[in-house]
Amino acid sequence: MRMLLSRTAGNLFWLGRYVERAGSTARLIEMGHRMAMLPGAYSTEEWNSVAAASGCLHLFDDEAKINDAAIIRTLILDRENPSSIRSCLEAARTNGRAVRTSLTMEMWEALNDGWRKLELMDAAQVQRELPGVLDWVKQRSSMLRGTVDSGMLRNDSYDFLRLGAHIERADMMLRLLDVKYFVLLPETDVIGGGRDHHQWTSVLHATSAIRAFHHIYRGDYSPGKIAEFLLLSPAFPRSVLYSYDLILTHLDRLANSYGDRHDCHETAARTTEELRRLGINEIFRTGLHEFVQDMIRTTRKLTAEIFRAYHL
Amino acid sequence: MYDEMSGSGDGTRPPYARIAEWIEHTGLDQLRQRSAEAEAIFRRIGITFAVYGEGGDPERLIPFDLIPRVFSAVEWARLERGIRQRARVLNAFLYDVYHRGEILKAGIVPANLVYQNAAFVPAMIGVEPPGRVYSHIVGIDIVRTGEESFQVLEDNCRTPSGVSYMLENREIMMRMFPGLFAGGAVQPVDDYPDDLRRTLQEVAPPACKGDPTIVVLTPGIYNSAYYEHSFLADLMGVDLVEAGDLFVDEGRVWMRTTRGPQIVDVIYRRIDDDYLDPLAFRPDSMLGVPGIFEVYRAGGVTLCSAPGAGVADDKAVYTYVPEMIRFYLGETPILENVPTWRCAQPDDCAHVLSHIDEVVVKEVHGSGGYGMLIGPKASEKERVAYAERIRKHPAEFIAQPTLQLSTVPSLGPKGIGKRHVDLRPYCLVGKQMRLVPGGLTRVALREGSLVVNSSQGGGVKDTWVLSS
Repeated sequence: MRMLLSRTAGNLFWLGRYVERAGSTARLIEMGHRMAMLPGAYSTEEWNSVAAASGCLHLFDDEAKINDAAIIRTLILDRENPSSIRSCLEAARTNGRAVRTSLTMEMWEALNDGWRKLELMDAAQVQRELPGVLDWVKQRSSMLRGTVDSGMLRNDSYDFLRLGAHIERADMMLRLLDVKYFVLLPETDVIGGGRDHHQWTSVLHATSAIRAFHHIYRGDYSPGKIAEFLLLSPAFPRSVLYSYDLILTHLDRLANSYGDRHDCHETAARTTEELRRLGINEIFRTGLHEFVQDMIRTTRKLTAEIFRAYHL
Repeated sequence: MYDEMSGSGDGTRPPYARIAEWIEHTGLDQLRQRSAEAEAIFRRIGITFAVYGEGGDPERLIPFDLIPRVFSAVEWARLERGIRQRARVLNAFLYDVYHRGEILKAGIVPANLVYQNAAFVPAMIGVEPPGRVYSHIVGIDIVRTGEESFQVLEDNCRTPSGVSYMLENREIMMRMFPGLFAGGAVQPVDDYPDDLRRTLQEVAPPACKGDPTIVVLTPGIYNSAYYEHSFLADLMGVDLVEAGDLFVDEGRVWMRTTRGPQIVDVIYRRIDDDYLDPLAFRPDSMLGVPGIFEVYRAGGVTLCSAPGAGVADDKAVYTYVPEMIRFYLGETPILENVPTWRCAQPDDCAHVLSHIDEVVVKEVHGSGGYGMLIGPKASEKERVAYAERIRKHPAEFIAQPTLQLSTVPSLGPKGIGKRHVDLRPYCLVGKQMRLVPGGLTRVALREGSLVVNSSQGGGVKDTWVLSS
C-alpha cells in the first residue's frame, strides 16, 4: 500500500473542513436572512446568533448593530477572517492545489471553478444577489461532495478528507446549539414564555433541516423534538450522532488498513456510543447547554488526537 | 526570413500540407472560437503558471496558439541525433570537471570558467553519481534559420521546465481536432511520463535495494511551475513532496507519512542547488532538507539533477560545447552552436561594443529572457547603459548575432500571421537515453518579436513530428 504524506493528509483534512464550513456558514446566513424578513424584532438577535454560531462574534464592533450588511462583509467577503466564506473557499482551493495529485480532475474542477467569483464582488452586489450567492456557495460544497462520492478512490486520502468534513459538521451543529440552546429549553424553564415556533424553526432552517424534520415529526415543533432531531437522529445527515457515526467509520477504516489504533479511536467510539444510548430527556435533565459545551470540548480533543496519531 | 510553412517561397512545404488544408477548411472565425474554447479548458483544468506579487490574476495562462508546428520524420531524425549527442557530451563534461578535469588540462575549456563559476559545486568533486549522470533531463533550446540550418541557442541541464505544456498542448489538440490526427500521422509524445519514471528508476542510489521510491520535490504552490510539478508526479504515480516533508536520519532520506517515516531513494528535485540543503549550501536559507547533501554523497539518495550540474549550461561554457563533442566523443557536432562572441576575450568584446546595435547580448548566468539586450530593438539610451555594464564586467556577457528565427503561422489579432518560434526538446538520461519526438515550441506572439519566453509575452504551440 502506498504511504500517504502527512502533509497531504493534513491538507485533505482541511480541504474537507473548509468546504464544509463554507456551506454551513451559507446555511446560517440564509436562516438570518429569512428571520430578518419576518414581522417582529428578531433581526438583530438572529444576526447575532449567526455571528456567534460561526465563531465570529468578536469580529463585530457593536453587537447591538449587527445587520445583514455587516454579516455580508464579515462572514462572506472578509479576507482577514479565516472563517469567512471567501477565505474558506480560497483556503480549500489552496489546500487542493497542494495535493493536486490526490484529487480527481472533477474534484479539482469543483474547487477551481469560479474561485475568484467572490473576490470580484463587492458587498453591495452580494447584498443585492444574496440568495443567489448563498446558493452558489452551497453548490460548491455539494459539487465537491458529489465528485468525492462518485470518483475518489476509497483509500486513506478519502478518509482524511471525510474526517475533516464530518468533524466540521458536528462542530458547526454543536456551536449552533450552543448559541441557540435557550430557544430549545422546555417551556417551563422560561419565565413568561414568549417564544413562538418561528424561533424554534429558525434552528431547523439554519441547518436545512426543516423538511426532514417535517417528514419525521409532522409539524410537532416542540423544543424537545427539535433538540432530539439535531443531536440524536440516526437518520438526519447533519445531526451530531450521524456525524460522529461517520467519524468513527473513517477512523475504523484507517485502523483496519494501517493495523493500529490510537486514543482518537477510543474517544470517537466512546462518544458515538454515548450519543446512541442517551435519550433527549436525559440530556435535558443534566442540562442541554452543559451537554453541548461538553461535546464541543470532546470534539476539539478528538481533533487533536487525530492530528497526533497520524502526524498531521 | 524563413517560414516553416512556406519555406522561402509562396507554396506549402510538404510537412505542412495537412495544416494548410485544415486552416483553409476551418476558417479564421472558427479558429478564433476554438482558440477561446481551448483557453477556457486550460483555465478550468488549472494549467497555469503562478505570478505572485505583481497584482492582477496570480495564476496566468500561457497563451496557446492553435496552429501546430511541424517537423518531417527526416528533419526530426537529424535533430534527434544532434540532441542525443549533446545530452551525452554535457554529462561527459560534468563528470570530467568533477573528476580529472582532462578538458581543462588540455586547455580546451579555460579552467577559471569552470572553477570560478557560481554554479560549480566544489563539494561534488570526486562524487560518483549513479550511472555517472548529472543532468537527467536535458532541455536543449534550438532555433531554425533556414531549410537545413538548426542551431542550439542554449542548454538547460538543471531543471528545464515546460514539458507539461508539451503534453497538455497535444492532449488538447487531440481532444478538439481529432480529425487532424487521423491515420496516426503524428508521432505520439505521451510516453514522456513513463520514460521519465524509468529514467529515475535507473539511477537509484547504491543504498536502494529493490524497487526505488521516487518523489518529485517542489518549492510549493507559489512556485511558477507548480502545476508542472504536480502534473509530472501525478502522471508518474509518485509523491509530490516539499522540503518540509523530508528529513535525514541514519544516512537515508525519509518522508513523513501518516504511518510514520518512509525511505526515499530518488528525488527529482525542482528546486535550485542553493535551496537543497542549508548545511551544505546556504546557511541563511530556511528552505531545504538539512543533511541531504551528505546522504547524496554517500550514495544514500539520488538527486536529479545532481548538484552542480548547472556549470554545464552556463552561457559562456555553452560556447565550448562543439569543442567538447570533438574532445570527448571524437565526433563532429551534428547541431551547430549560434556563433557567439565571448566578451571575456578582448577582441570579441571590442567587436560586440562596436556592433552593439546589431547583436543580442546576454548575461552569462541569466535565464528566462531577463537581462538581455536585443541591439536592433533597444533604444540608444539602453544600448549605452548596457555597453557600460559590458565594459565593467566583460566576462559576465556573451553576444550573438540577431538571428532571424524561423516563423510559423499563428493566430493574431489581425488574422493569421507569421510569428517567430524556437524548440525545446527534453532528452532523458539514465542508463539509457530517451527522447520523445518533438518538444515544446515557444512562439513570440507579438508581431516581429524575437523573445519567446513566457515571462515576456511568449506563447506555446503543439509540436508535431510526422510519422515517416
